[in-house]
Amino acid sequence: MNGGTAMPEVMQFLFSGLTVGAIYALVALGFTIIYNASEVVNFAQGEFVMIGGMATFFLYAAGVPLWAAAPLAIVAAVVVGLALHKLAIEPARGASVVALIIITIGASIFLRGVAQIVFDKQYHRFPAFSGETPFHVLGATLLPQSVWVMAGAACAFALLWQFFERTLAGKAIAATAGNRLAARLVGIDTDRMIALSFALSAALGAVAGVLITPITLTSYDVGTLLALKGFAAAMLGGMGNPLGAVVGGLVVGVIEQFSAGMLSSKYKDAVAFIVILLTLFVLPHGLFGRGRIERV
Amino acid sequence: MISALRSSRLAPLLLLALVIAVAPSVFPSVFYYEVGASIFIAALAVVGLNLLMGFAGQVSLGHAGFWGLGAYAAAIGPTHMGVPPLAGLLIGVLLTMLIAWLVGRPILKLRGHYLAVATLGFGFLVTMVLTNESRWTGGPDGMGVPRLDVFGFVIRGSRMWYWASAGVLLVGVWLALNLVDSPTGRALRALHDSQVAAAVNGVDVARYKLTAFTISAGYASLAGSMAAFSDGHITPTSAGFLHSIELVTMSVLGGMGSIIGAVVGAGLLCALPQLLTVLHDYEQVVLGLTMMLIMIFLPLGILPSIAARFGRGST
Amino acid sequence: MSLLQVDGLGINFGGISAVDDLTFAVPQGRIYSIIGPNGAGKTTLFNMISGIYRPGRGRIRFDGQDVTNLEPHQLARIGLSRTFQNLQVFFRLTVLENVMVGRHLHEPKGVLAHALRLPSVRRANADCAEKAREFVEFVGLRDADRVAGALPYGALKRLEIARALASEPKLLLLDEPAAGCNSVETEEIDGLIQQIARKGTTVVLVEHDMKLVMKISDRILVLDRGRKLAEGSAGEVRHNPDVIRAYLGSHGQEAARAQS
Repeated sequence: MNGGTAMPEVMQFLFSGLTVGAIYALVALGFTIIYNASEVVNFAQGEFVMIGGMATFFLYAAGVPLWAAAPLAIVAAVVVGLALHKLAIEPARGASVVALIIITIGASIFLRGVAQIVFDKQYHRFPAFSGETPFHVLGATLLPQSVWVMAGAACAFALLWQFFERTLAGKAIAATAGNRLAARLVGIDTDRMIALSFALSAALGAVAGVLITPITLTSYDVGTLLALKGFAAAMLGGMGNPLGAVVGGLVVGVIEQFSAGMLSSKYKDAVAFIVILLTLFVLPHGLFGRGRIERV
Repeated sequence: MISALRSSRLAPLLLLALVIAVAPSVFPSVFYYEVGASIFIAALAVVGLNLLMGFAGQVSLGHAGFWGLGAYAAAIGPTHMGVPPLAGLLIGVLLTMLIAWLVGRPILKLRGHYLAVATLGFGFLVTMVLTNESRWTGGPDGMGVPRLDVFGFVIRGSRMWYWASAGVLLVGVWLALNLVDSPTGRALRALHDSQVAAAVNGVDVARYKLTAFTISAGYASLAGSMAAFSDGHITPTSAGFLHSIELVTMSVLGGMGSIIGAVVGAGLLCALPQLLTVLHDYEQVVLGLTMMLIMIFLPLGILPSIAARFGRGST
Repeated sequence: MSLLQVDGLGINFGGISAVDDLTFAVPQGRIYSIIGPNGAGKTTLFNMISGIYRPGRGRIRFDGQDVTNLEPHQLARIGLSRTFQNLQVFFRLTVLENVMVGRHLHEPKGVLAHALRLPSVRRANADCAEKAREFVEFVGLRDADRVAGALPYGALKRLEIARALASEPKLLLLDEPAAGCNSVETEEIDGLIQQIARKGTTVVLVEHDMKLVMKISDRILVLDRGRKLAEGSAGEVRHNPDVIRAYLGSHGQEAARAQS
């Protein structure tokens, strides 16, 4: 690799890495919110992204303008998230870790299966929000949609931050996450807070789906790989740490694009798995995680 | 006589052998031999998975990866390396167990969800390699598999595969039943209930988890090889995520903590789609729904729940 | 000769020192009790000795050997065993199987032999079951074939003791064996502990029940907020003004009654 053309390549990988990393960050954040509130790792997280993208496409294809289709798709995802909590997670309260894993994986597969029937098995996209003409920045090309993705993700983070810091509901969720019994004792309806956390995660996932589909397309089965990568990001950042989820997502995205560009694009998707293994070896608690001490 | 059977440790095995022996007499057509063989082969993999998930309590969402490794060993050995098919099968099992041992050492340190995700990643990795390295594997379209011959005796046709896979399954079940009622089995069941207490009683938890992981990988590899030989053709989807999920669903359905339950679960999930082809499009819906419903309402699985119903009062 | 020697042991959790600068020695063949209010660090101490937590500072010597950083199963191998305050029973195994796990170190290894169920394994299974039954009876449990999850609380406490004894340890750590037991059950546990000590096993006991502690202990260590407050015989500890002030206030009368 000669120094002359290195910079534009690096910038290219960086842009695409941050774009896709923003999506992983949103997925990881979704994991984190649910995990913090209820100790459940929601393997169906990726399906919310899928619903965001697919529902928007199908509404758009049916004639609904994009600016209405997207919010409707997000609402649909939130409904699915609430249903998931009510019908699958709540009845299994107190179940073992193994059982919960199987339930959320089952939910993920179920949603994939339903999507396959309700939608179809093709890849789809809808037009980018503000055109497809790329910019030229620092020698690399940047799609307008990429900017939408990064800005949209940043907005989502900012709104979420405000929600948790300023609103009563947000603080209630944080309280539930910190100590469920104590939260109950001060009158917080913890079940409702957990349901809310599912709704929030679903919204985050759907937003990610809406933002990224013009670039990467969507189909009924994109959820699984996204969940894997989002989980790797959450683990890298320290499971349960929101800032870690964001940083983890961006890092995984950037590493992925750099390895795809410089090493092999065939094994791009393996990066997340390797990140998981490396995290385990080098940083068992992730970048920002606190150790969990098992009290006996 | 029923109570004598119940208290006999190997009674389930004998019952299974009986059913297997008698079933062909009611088969309406040769097609059912094929269904039977595919059930036995899947059941073999699920028996191994039960040892890992039900007894040692470790979730594996990438188990088809081991199946795929076995399948491709059966194909690549004879095709690219000139080894006889049987050697390909045996080398495949050993190699898969070695890979399981190497991969398991770091990832079994993880607990619960982390382990599940790591196994998920492993499954994806195997699928990726099988899809990408087309020089060896034939790529996404897969490759052909020669016939299996055991010291000159060629296994060909559904009838022969029915009996061959049944035999292997019965041996596999026998070994697993022995393991369960042994110091290893008790150590696994103990560490599932309380890792800390098991450790304090001298159980090297890491080593036993690895043992369960490796053994279950061996079972899956053997099953994968047999499936490859009997089908004559393999593709990377045999190592894929959906297949891993099918295996987990079979395990959960029949009862994770029951060796014979594995056969029941495999039977139900294999037989139904074969006999009701219209279900094909609904496969994922059915799988997902099954996993959720069983875990919420019947967490022990079908067989142990029935056994509990009838065994009330006895141990 | 002290079987267990602890020197300058300490550990922190999130900036708070749960145990600090702790030094004491447990003589062989005795009943050694550790008392102190909740949060004094007693279970944390047990967890460090049994290898579940890694100490932040200090050393632990067992039978002359430095065992500070050993894992629980390695400690079990050299003769250390324990029960748990919050029952860590194998609930899905039977009573007998629970205790058989306790004998894990005495059983033959070899997964292949187990899978093939060689005659040696069959014999070993039977021997193990027989020996386990002895321990089940020793602690006064019947119904060895009942699933542990069906047992009442008091029986589970005794099951843990049977399981811990089954490995034939040199040192037995009992973490609140009489917690939640009524006075009859406590008497029985008391008798059991003394029997165990009479057979030569060194017992280290964490307990809240002052009557029990004062009655059966040869030596007592008093902890307060992770540090040693006092150490000595039952009589010495009972009359130590620091101890009286800190803990035995209301328990003082109980202890005095236990004397007679």
